[in-house]
Amino acid sequence: MSTDTSLPILKASDFASDQEVRWCPGCGDYSILAQIKKILPTINVPRENTVFVSGIGCSSRFPYYMNTYGVHSIHGRAPAVATGIKTARPELNVWVITGDGDALSIGGNHLIHAIRRNLDINIILFNNQIYGLTKGQYSPTSPLGKVTKSTPMGTVDNPLHPLSIAIGCEGTFIARSIDVHTKHLSNVLSRAANHKGTAFVEVYQNCMVFNDEAFEYATERDTKFDTILELEHGKPLIFGKNRDKGIRLNGMDPEVVQLGKGISEDDLLFHDEKAPEPSLAYLLSRMSQPDFPEPIGVFRAVDRPRYEEEVDEQIEMAREQQGDGNLDTLFQTGDTWIVE
Amino acid sequence: MAAAATPSGASSGTDSQKTVVELGTATVRFCGDSGDGMQLAGTQLSTTSALFGNDVATFPDYPAEIRAPRGTKAGVSGFQVHFASTAIYTPGDQVDALVAMNPAALATNLADLVRGGILVVNQDAFDAKDINKAGYQSDPLQDQSLDNYQLFKVSMTKLTRAAVEGLELSVKEADRCRNFFAMGLVFWLYGRSMDATLRYIDEKFGKRPAIAEANRRALKTGYYYGETTEAFSSHYSVPRATLEPGTYRSIMGNTAVAWGLIAAAKSSDKDLFFGTYPITPASDILHELSKHKNFGVRTFQAEDEIAAVCSAIGAAFSGALGVTASSGPGIALKSEAIGLAVMTELPIIVINVQRGGPSTGLPTKTEQADLLQAIYGRNGECPLPVIAARSPADCFDAVQEAWRIASTFMVPVILLTDGYIANGSEPWKIPDAKSLPENKIQHPAGSSNGEKFLPYARDARLARPWAIPGTPGLMHRLGGLEKQDGTGNVSYEPENHQLMVDLRQKKVDNVAKEIPLQEVEGEENAKLLVLSWGGTYGACTTAVHRIIAEGGTVAHAHLRYLNPFPSNLGSLLKNYEKILIPELNMGQLDLLIRSRFLIDTFSFNKVQGKPFAISEIEEKIKELL
Repeated sequence: MSTDTSLPILKASDFASDQEVRWCPGCGDYSILAQIKKILPTINVPRENTVFVSGIGCSSRFPYYMNTYGVHSIHGRAPAVATGIKTARPELNVWVITGDGDALSIGGNHLIHAIRRNLDINIILFNNQIYGLTKGQYSPTSPLGKVTKSTPMGTVDNPLHPLSIAIGCEGTFIARSIDVHTKHLSNVLSRAANHKGTAFVEVYQNCMVFNDEAFEYATERDTKFDTILELEHGKPLIFGKNRDKGIRLNGMDPEVVQLGKGISEDDLLFHDEKAPEPSLAYLLSRMSQPDFPEPIGVFRAVDRPRYEEEVDEQIEMAREQQGDGNLDTLFQTGDTWIVE
Repeated sequence: MAAAATPSGASSGTDSQKTVVELGTATVRFCGDSGDGMQLAGTQLSTTSALFGNDVATFPDYPAEIRAPRGTKAGVSGFQVHFASTAIYTPGDQVDALVAMNPAALATNLADLVRGGILVVNQDAFDAKDINKAGYQSDPLQDQSLDNYQLFKVSMTKLTRAAVEGLELSVKEADRCRNFFAMGLVFWLYGRSMDATLRYIDEKFGKRPAIAEANRRALKTGYYYGETTEAFSSHYSVPRATLEPGTYRSIMGNTAVAWGLIAAAKSSDKDLFFGTYPITPASDILHELSKHKNFGVRTFQAEDEIAAVCSAIGAAFSGALGVTASSGPGIALKSEAIGLAVMTELPIIVINVQRGGPSTGLPTKTEQADLLQAIYGRNGECPLPVIAARSPADCFDAVQEAWRIASTFMVPVILLTDGYIANGSEPWKIPDAKSLPENKIQHPAGSSNGEKFLPYARDARLARPWAIPGTPGLMHRLGGLEKQDGTGNVSYEPENHQLMVDLRQKKVDNVAKEIPLQEVEGEENAKLLVLSWGGTYGACTTAVHRIIAEGGTVAHAHLRYLNPFPSNLGSLLKNYEKILIPELNMGQLDLLIRSRFLIDTFSFNKVQGKPFAISEIEEKIKELL
């Protein structure tokens, strides 16, 4: 092995494996793959120290397309596999790629516990509001009344807001972006990658085949300025093509207001991603169409100890207090007797 | 701390004028409400006897409810200690002395006391209400129902309360010392020293001087009660056993598993990662391992059983010794992920401390009914090696053997123990750490010459390389989808699937080439073979010894390797006219043996949540001889 310790300069293409990408043509997954490959060279972690872990579903094929270490695990369990990897080897750069069914239905339990533990991993949830791999059943994020193969008369179960769940778990980094907003997406992914702690990113992702145009409102030139609100830390919540609408707090509730006519920017809610209390972030995560613009960007970015660091610290502390583990000493603890 | 065994057990009192009767073996059971401290009483008697130099085997028996309603049969907890001057393998069938703290304990345990045995009861607990709760029509201490036993009615509550007077304890606190009174009395009865227990009291209650003093007083009061009152005319001694020279300690199965894992990690220069979810009777492995972080042990209490096994798989992928432990219901939840470990050919250890099933079953009781689950309980053709420990101390060796197989063959291994050996204890000759088998593991080194790495290339054993993250040039992706031979890429090719299924099976079959041949104990010309596995070892081997001592001709083979079987097993079995397979299930090994070797067998089954009594095996052997 070379003794040169400087890192080679990598390009996005260096992160591509030799496997042919097999998502449907036009799938939003392509864009997310491209943006992740683009930001990876910027975070200065060698490919061999990077691990992608996924569950089951269309998005979970992701690790096969990356020239890094990877585990395509079983349905819903990627956060648990990633927890084992990161706890055993804290120096590795670990990513979880998951979908709305994988993360929020079968894997809901692992997701919430991974987020609350705050391991330094990145969880990217591709939300297309449908089960694609199994060909079109509704998912836990499908809107109420959604007609699908399994709900010919429309769904009757209330959807989950992925970010509300992550905030409920007091996640330390919570963000949202959109597959086709590539610049925004790569910025958000880059911030997630650089965050110390669990970074949870929801990406609105279009499924051409089973749920096409689910996020059309957020991507179409005509509508997106009124339906999407880009969050910026320390800035007021403003949206609209002419940036003339804002969000104001009325008691505990947000309301859409028209700027001017006696309402100035100072009257609006200012975004504070570093707020220690997650309440305002939660409120933002509840804002949805058609009543509100849906915020994208970083909802929350706070610092809290990382699980794997705390585990390591306890090991160090135990070594200081008890000395390095010695088997002979261990076997002799407590009462022993000698037979001659 | 090491204490040389001294025979001067009862030296701490005035010289007793009472007769001392020497015994070869004694079995004592403490029983009472689950809050009465019976487990502690049993452990103390067991430690004291082991320190004295007896061979010892113990059996705790407690209800699943932490505190069932006081005084009811459901809440009875017991701890049995068998100590002897000769080698013993079980906690004993029947008890020679029974200490019953209340009527419910008497009612549920009396059947196990030998006729003429010693029966010590706390007579203060026999009030009309509790007698009724235990289901007695009349007071058993007053009617003639206990005439066949040596009954000693002792006012344990009153005597203990009097002993702790002046320490300003509440009545509740005073009554909590009764177990020490009972211990003291039993210690006197069997000529045991109080020293180890007095040391224990100092260590445990040192920070609460009044409680420590109360327990000391209760212990001594019990001891001197035996010595001074007229009630007991004789007491007993059980001389030291002649064990192989060495330093010994008492060890429980779950502790032995934990220590074996630490040793396995050391011997292969690996960090131990233990991902688990609390479940009876396996949780003590977690408790024990979490105390030894100074060995670099990482314990992870996962959100559920599935996360526990998945975290172990993740740890194994990253190069650690990944382990998960559970009991039957938890293993059921882990099944899909164990299949992933088979498919990704990652070495993990899955420990199943078996309990009574199905479903939640009998959480605190023992059974061997997860053998077929271990061998076959996954979707698809999903073979993996299965081995079983035979006794508490054997868990130490068995788990290291599991790791040797897992790491050399790149395969998950299931280790079966059970509630009986997990919570039971026996003397363990402490090994010299240097003498433990080394297990050098080679991870492939990185390459920068651009040569394509084949994660599913195979060595002579058919094991694939264990390339770990951090190694340049060996980046690869694993997963549960069928793998292409060699490259490990996803493949749906029909011929490739057949090939990979065959390869995974052959790899497990190859394990048989690297395990010891099956040995047989007992008479060479025997026509009857007792074939057993797992925790029934003690009962089976003792029964066989007894039959041989009586002049019977019988042989015994005890299996450690359940999948694959030792390569000589088939030919070995053909040497016997009759094969008796005793199991704590409905005939699972029996089914395997019959289908594998096309031979007739006698299946002997028991599923009562209890281990076999030696006598049950003996009778069965006699029936077939």
